[in-house]
Amino acid sequence: MRFGFMFSEVSQGLRRNIAMVISIILVTFISLTFVGTASLLQLQIGQMKNYWYDKAQVAIYLCTDVSPEATCPRGEASEDVKKEVEERLDSPTLTPFIEEYYFEDHDQAYANFQEQFSGNAVAQYVRAEQLNETYWVNLFDPNQSQIITESFTGLAGVEEVRDQRSYLDQIFNILNIASLAAISIASLMLVSSVLLISTTIRLSAFSRRRELGIMRLVGASNFSIQLPFILEGVVAALIGSLLAAGAVLGLVAFFVQGFLAERLPFTSFVSISDGMLVVPLLIAAGVVLAAVASGLAIRRYLKI
Amino acid sequence: MISVQNVTKKYKGTPRPALDQVSLEIEKGDFVFLVGASGSGKSSLMRLMLREDIPNSGSVHVLGENLVGLPARRVPFFRRKLGVVFQDFRLLPNKTVAQNVAFSLEVIGKSQGFIQEAVPDVLGLVGLAEKADRLPSELSGGEQQRVALARAIVNKPAILLADEPTGNLDPTTSEEIMALINSINLAGTTVVMATHDRSIVDKMQRRVVELSQGQIIRDQTSGGYGVRA
Repeated sequence: MRFGFMFSEVSQGLRRNIAMVISIILVTFISLTFVGTASLLQLQIGQMKNYWYDKAQVAIYLCTDVSPEATCPRGEASEDVKKEVEERLDSPTLTPFIEEYYFEDHDQAYANFQEQFSGNAVAQYVRAEQLNETYWVNLFDPNQSQIITESFTGLAGVEEVRDQRSYLDQIFNILNIASLAAISIASLMLVSSVLLISTTIRLSAFSRRRELGIMRLVGASNFSIQLPFILEGVVAALIGSLLAAGAVLGLVAFFVQGFLAERLPFTSFVSISDGMLVVPLLIAAGVVLAAVASGLAIRRYLKI
Repeated sequence: MISVQNVTKKYKGTPRPALDQVSLEIEKGDFVFLVGASGSGKSSLMRLMLREDIPNSGSVHVLGENLVGLPARRVPFFRRKLGVVFQDFRLLPNKTVAQNVAFSLEVIGKSQGFIQEAVPDVLGLVGLAEKADRLPSELSGGEQQRVALARAIVNKPAILLADEPTGNLDPTTSEEIMALINSINLAGTTVVMATHDRSIVDKMQRRVVELSQGQIIRDQTSGGYGVRA
């Protein structure tokens, strides 16, 4: 079938069903925006993991006078405890894993604390001896924090061994849940957009059943009967996915880069080029879904 | 050209078959009337020839194609070799006469050049050259059937199937349409026409196949509507 003829058939169909076409556009737009947001969140999690996991240290907190009795029955960690910890850190079993470690005493901990919580009321009440003396350990491979945890947990005078990544994991969990939520909303919306597309195409086919009957009668091939309808669904979904692509890119440009990145300067955020990775995914998803949905919907009318 | 052998066609929910062991041969260039009461099986037989249906048993060969075994995807290409007209014309109300005819060529992928040449030709043939830009609603019934005939023959089919083409027309107009169908037949197209129109059949004195209760009860090479020979 010639292109011009096909084009006029498709645009006629789109105009005849304009309200339904608009609803397809909106539903695909919103559902794909959710899909895009979820994918960007995943990319963001990946980036933050790369960035923070490398910086994450393992902290060996030593006992203080105010530590709970159960873990620190002898109160403030003695010099012997520190010697013991350092010996272990320097032992041949551990050195291959440790890039470096350093000791933070009460005063340094206090200084760091004051800096971190400056302006916060808690900074006024805390005293240096309440803060743990800490060995900060940088590992060559942050995934192997287990080794440090196992070697020092339970050692007399050590209050707790903490992999900083466990704090990060909480953040990542929250982000993961957010992206899961976005994905589930997106999939519900996608289901409704598929149903909407097939209903619209059925309607369109119904309003053109005379043409369809004649086309079958004069021997139009199934492909050329189907194509205008499939294109109709695809065009509507394509507009929706282009809008979604625009929304996702806008989100990255104005919200992430424009707003978040300025306020949280030490975090790496997804960039426009990450957004550009998501765009073809959205467009392909929209087009494929629409093609399949309208193809299945028109099938019934092709029975010979 | 058309060969129907021992065909039986049953429809769901009716105990009596619509066609019962029907056999029929139609040669190239024939003009055949299918007559019989409503429900006698005329339309079922036409549907089988057009491959709108397949029989429960027996074989149907049209233009060298075995329609029983013809795969669905090749049916459209088979139908391009046939022209069909109906009692209700089946024109597209929002397209002009010329567009209606052109539509059937466009959907089978004919070139714009071919369409621009073939459509005025065929409209001249059916006597509607002047009315090419009219809408079907502006035409009389006879003129609408001419448009349908133009559409049916524009692709130069070997066979024209006509299902009561004069059913909605007055006697004078019917005669005009029959004259047109006759001239199409004289140009070499095989015509199979189902009809209730006694006067037309009696007047034309062509081959008559009469069906009753799904069986052929008469096959006369030159006859009238009734049995009075």
